[in-house]
Amino acid sequence: MSFRYTLAGRLLRDPLAVLGLSIIVLLVLSALFADHLSPHAYAELNIANRFASPSLEHWLGTDNLGRDTLSRVLQGGRIALLVGILSVVIAGGIGLLLGTLAGFGPRWLDNTILFLFDTMRAYPTIILALALATLMPRGLSTVIIVVVLTSFSEYGRVARTQTQSLREHEFIAAERALGASSIRIILRHILPNILGPFFILVAINLPVVITIEAGMSFLGVGVPPGTPSWGSTLKDGFDHIRTTPWLILGGGIPLILVTIGFTFLGEALRDVLDPKLRGER
Amino acid sequence: MGLYFLQRFALALSILFIAVSALYAIMVMLPGDPTSVLLGPRATEEMRANYALQMGLNDPVIVQILNFWGRIINGDLGQDVLRNRPVSEPVLQALPYTAALIAAAIIWSATLGILLGALSAAKRNTAFDRITGILSVAFIAAPSFVVALWSLLVFAVLLRWFPAIGAGEPGNLPDQLYHLILPGFAIGLSWVGYIARIVRASMLEVMSENHIRTASAFGIPRYRIIYIYALRVAVLPAVTVLGVGVGGLLSSAVFAEIVFARPGIGKLIYESVTSRNYPVVMGCMLVSIGFFLTCTLIADFINALLDPRLRSKK
Amino acid sequence: MKAVLQVQNLSVDFETQRGRLQALRDVSFSIDAGEIVGVVGESGCGKSTLIASLMRLLADNAILRSGSALLQDKDLLQISQRDMQALRGRDISVVFQDPMTALNPVISIGQQMIDIQHREQISKAEKRKRVINILEKVGIPDPASRLNAYPHEFSGGMRQRVCIAMALMMRPKLLIADEPTTALDATLEVQVLRLLQELQSEIGCSILFISHHLGVIAELCSKVIVMYAGEVVEYGPVSQIFRSPSHPYTRKLLECDPGRIKERSHVLPSIPGELPDLTQPPPGCIFRLRCDLATEKCLKQIPEAQAVSTDHWAKCHYAESAQ
Repeated sequence: MSFRYTLAGRLLRDPLAVLGLSIIVLLVLSALFADHLSPHAYAELNIANRFASPSLEHWLGTDNLGRDTLSRVLQGGRIALLVGILSVVIAGGIGLLLGTLAGFGPRWLDNTILFLFDTMRAYPTIILALALATLMPRGLSTVIIVVVLTSFSEYGRVARTQTQSLREHEFIAAERALGASSIRIILRHILPNILGPFFILVAINLPVVITIEAGMSFLGVGVPPGTPSWGSTLKDGFDHIRTTPWLILGGGIPLILVTIGFTFLGEALRDVLDPKLRGER
Repeated sequence: MGLYFLQRFALALSILFIAVSALYAIMVMLPGDPTSVLLGPRATEEMRANYALQMGLNDPVIVQILNFWGRIINGDLGQDVLRNRPVSEPVLQALPYTAALIAAAIIWSATLGILLGALSAAKRNTAFDRITGILSVAFIAAPSFVVALWSLLVFAVLLRWFPAIGAGEPGNLPDQLYHLILPGFAIGLSWVGYIARIVRASMLEVMSENHIRTASAFGIPRYRIIYIYALRVAVLPAVTVLGVGVGGLLSSAVFAEIVFARPGIGKLIYESVTSRNYPVVMGCMLVSIGFFLTCTLIADFINALLDPRLRSKK
Repeated sequence: MKAVLQVQNLSVDFETQRGRLQALRDVSFSIDAGEIVGVVGESGCGKSTLIASLMRLLADNAILRSGSALLQDKDLLQISQRDMQALRGRDISVVFQDPMTALNPVISIGQQMIDIQHREQISKAEKRKRVINILEKVGIPDPASRLNAYPHEFSGGMRQRVCIAMALMMRPKLLIADEPTTALDATLEVQVLRLLQELQSEIGCSILFISHHLGVIAELCSKVIVMYAGEVVEYGPVSQIFRSPSHPYTRKLLECDPGRIKERSHVLPSIPGELPDLTQPPPGCIFRLRCDLATEKCLKQIPEAQAVSTDHWAKCHYAESAQ
């Protein structure tokens, strides 16, 4: 199979996918090498130089404690990616498991799991985050728990629908007739076929997760105080909106970029993996 | 149709029951003294013992949950111990503000989104379609609290076109609407993008259906085919998505209410969390989930109004 | 008799990824006033493209290469979209194949039928009256009470009656019936055909009747157009063509249908071989590859229409000798 027909080859022919991928690669690199790229230490205080406007020294100015905004934003990318990837992996895993169980299992199990999905969807994410924040210690693990709780059902729904449509297929019915175990069928046939729509959802869901982390940190129920997160930068900017408008730009732009990047990638993936849905932009 | 709605209603009620009970159970069963959670760190030993007795905190969890629901059925959302008032008082005061904010966001974003989506589909592959497509992604990509902050900065702080804080003078409708514009804009913006995309995709699908060909063959004018014959079918998925989207809008409303210092459920729950006023948090949670479920029921109902096939479903 | 529709040298291409697909090539025929003309051919023979061309509802990638289609004195292929819009549903109308999907699901049938009359300068009450009147004629019981009903509230047969009512309400000069009974079962089919016949004689319109079903064509039509791979290969009176087909393709169609016209079958009898690739039509006669009589001449020379008798011709070098 020549390169132009492989997944990567087809993605690279789509200019929007290339744009999305470039943004993501840039983000990942800047997060990985944040320590080297940061012009200043992110926690370095400089009370004498509070609320500094953008300059050559401080490209995005400084915050209320005189810390370099650019350095904090670069470090914030790490938190965002860490939370994003961890929660997507956990939520995706739980969703995949429950979804295939619901799609493949008996009717009562399907109904129970579907009811669970409906129930989890009824919690407004940020409001649940606030409610749980009173019960749990402030920190990344709480953020991840909240995100997983509110997003696994979405993965579950996709996995369930895919499994259900697959189990009616002839090749699976044939395997069953030959006495293959359910686990074998799920692992050999269903999982590989779910992965396409699943990755599309991952790409679409990752920026949502990152936004929830930023939102929780903005509300003061996310990362611990002092940790550089885009959300806490935005919060500092909000508290001092009349003096330091660049803080809310510095915290907001990467959030928007990350969403645009993953959205373009997700759509390109959908075009490539699932041509049926083409046009449903 | 009646039975269908009865089923939906029963499902919504059971979701509400399970969702809130689960939260209550977590609160009670989590390690640590629930009275300190419920009363906050400032409570005295005596207050705690008193409260535990009064609220039946020594009973088994199941009994507590059932008692909790028993009180709710009687209209008692609990007692705001910190400020010594019934929880229902601040919650019911805040709810209309949040409802108005969400309604405003839905109205403007659905109107513009449906319009853009339908026009895009009608002018498929033109410059207009492409620009709308890119704008939609840009709108979706902008998190509501970033939009809230930026619009606060630009339109309220720098340009001073709109008020920065508050919900307007009570009883003064124009003033209240004026205060609604920026927060409504902030939380509705991404929905313009969502709705436009959903409507565009579903319009393109509907436009290729047989009944559209029939309508064209009978000489029905093109604008009527697009904006009535096709759009009435194509908005159905958008209505469902909007109904479920109220969950997201409730989350966004928290930010909008904090950024614009508006009263509302989001602001109330935020303040209650900061002061660890758990009964109020619980009350807000109950009301928000109830509000969300009501909105999904309303979406079902609107869909049934628009789609006669649903109406005749048993 | 004066022709209601006269199609001449109609050729339509589609721009596709594999190249230009020649969907219709040099199609000519005419329909006289009050006449029912049948069109028969396998799927892919160009029937749908023909309908879409006549209604000017071709897809965007279609290219009209040549031809004219005169509806009385207006060329349907040349008049402006605006003029065409005035004719659709009024002078020329269609009944489509699948009544289950042909009607808008969320608009009441009364409203849909009132909408069709948007060009009439009459009051809404009069429009309603006209709707009730035609619904009654197609056999919808108690039509006045059914105006607010939606398509899904009707059975398949009733829906096709509604579609026929819609198509004939404005008393068109030409009705195109696109396999109107294929989706219905045999009893309903007979009823619907009888209804079409009755209304046709009352209104006096001409019908272009497309069908897979040779028996129905024999019963209903006076002339028949046999299409193969985008061409009209034979044209003539039903009585002659069914008794003595002149084109080998027609002959095969009839041969494969042992009961000839008696047996009711919804699929055209299958003939061995496949349709040629119309992005690269083979040289010579289009049917050559599936024809038992093919000779060197058929490869070298595209056959012209050979008159067999008055109003009956076939595109085959051996049309006359085959008789």
